[in-house]
Amino acid sequence: MSGSSNIVAMKKIVQQLRFEANINRVKVSQAAAELQQFCIQNALQDPLLTGVSSSTNPFRTQKAFSCSCDISAGEKTKKTTAMMCN
Amino acid sequence: MGEMEQMKKEAEALKTQIEAARKAVGDTDMASAASGVAPAPRVQLKTRRTLKGHLAKIYAMHWSTDNNLSSLSSIGVFRLMVSASQDGKLLIWDSHSGNKVNAVPLKSSWVMTCAYAPSGNLVASGGLDNMCTVYNLKTPVIKTVKELDAHTGYLSCARFLSDTEILTSSGDTTCALWDLETGKQKTVFLNHVGDCMCLSLSPDMNTFVSGACDSLAKLWDIRDGQCKQTFQGHTSDINAISFYPSANAIITGSDDCTCKMYDLRADQEVISYQDAALNSGVTSLALSMSGRLIFAGYDDFNCNIWDSLKGEKVGVLSGHDNRVSCTGVPEDGMCVCTGSWDSFLKIWN
Repeated sequence: MSGSSNIVAMKKIVQQLRFEANINRVKVSQAAAELQQFCIQNALQDPLLTGVSSSTNPFRTQKAFSCSCDISAGEKTKKTTAMMCN
Repeated sequence: MGEMEQMKKEAEALKTQIEAARKAVGDTDMASAASGVAPAPRVQLKTRRTLKGHLAKIYAMHWSTDNNLSSLSSIGVFRLMVSASQDGKLLIWDSHSGNKVNAVPLKSSWVMTCAYAPSGNLVASGGLDNMCTVYNLKTPVIKTVKELDAHTGYLSCARFLSDTEILTSSGDTTCALWDLETGKQKTVFLNHVGDCMCLSLSPDMNTFVSGACDSLAKLWDIRDGQCKQTFQGHTSDINAISFYPSANAIITGSDDCTCKMYDLRADQEVISYQDAALNSGVTSLALSMSGRLIFAGYDDFNCNIWDSLKGEKVGVLSGHDNRVSCTGVPEDGMCVCTGSWDSFLKIWN
């Protein structure tokens, strides 16, 4: 019957609101300060923020090139590969 | 007073109580709190790759988190991504070379989402077929391993927790956690009253957030199914949502043309990213590694870049000839990918 299912639905709404009302809340000033700190601490490791230098940019070349070089064999090979394929 | 009347009164009283509790801790907002922070630099990114291969609108893309290099390499390189188009295909791309690594033909071309498993072994897709289909990329021929069929509405988003569990959001207003071994729903998340459009897993994978057409974002406990918090403020469908890398905040994007940050611990909106000149809905969003930059895709063909702390627009990615439908930043933060209804994906840094 729609009457009793409405009551069941309403009970669930009230239950959910009671749950949400009871959580602890932190002051926005404190939460904001911690979020800022996180951002600033990680800024130097954020390539899109600091910019990616051409030498370390894996997307540097615009065109796709066909190349059989193995660039998975380590840092040194990767550098020579980049030189060879440019 | 009837039982129904009493409960309605209690509900109203609780809503008032919640608003008062939020006001009580609302001693500032993010932009004011960040007034002492140096502004983010003007961000000018170049298109490094234009990935051509899809024949119709692209609806979704997702970066792999799998480190695909051999153990000899000292740097983790995150290069594979999956994209989904209404041409009826998933394409797996090597973003560095721009080459297609794999193509997965879909039974239903009305795809709305795709996902890459953290292991790199599986991908998933779903859409107007109401199902989430999971494929194994590592078998000699790509195989369908499961068709997850229980939602009664379209599949809007899917995200793998592992090779054995996946989370989905649906137009049937529910989200669900599935067991990939049995193909059954383990937990159903019920509380939204509008189509669920998007979801984002917390970094520790104990919780997730969902955004829906009821203009609300909700935080859920993955294990017990409980809706823990509800975030209001948007005035239209929330199409995109993402956890902030610190895990204590979320960013949402909506048809109301704004993005918002909600702090989970303060339980409220702390900043809105909007501009009077912007009157297109937000379709997608992704964050840079530190969280400082928000890349938001809009219906007006652009992707705007916002300073998440100060609320200012610091750049724009222009280049698509149609709506930007999806954006993603890989785990190493080295670039941002945009996908569009113009059928192309672009890689920028």
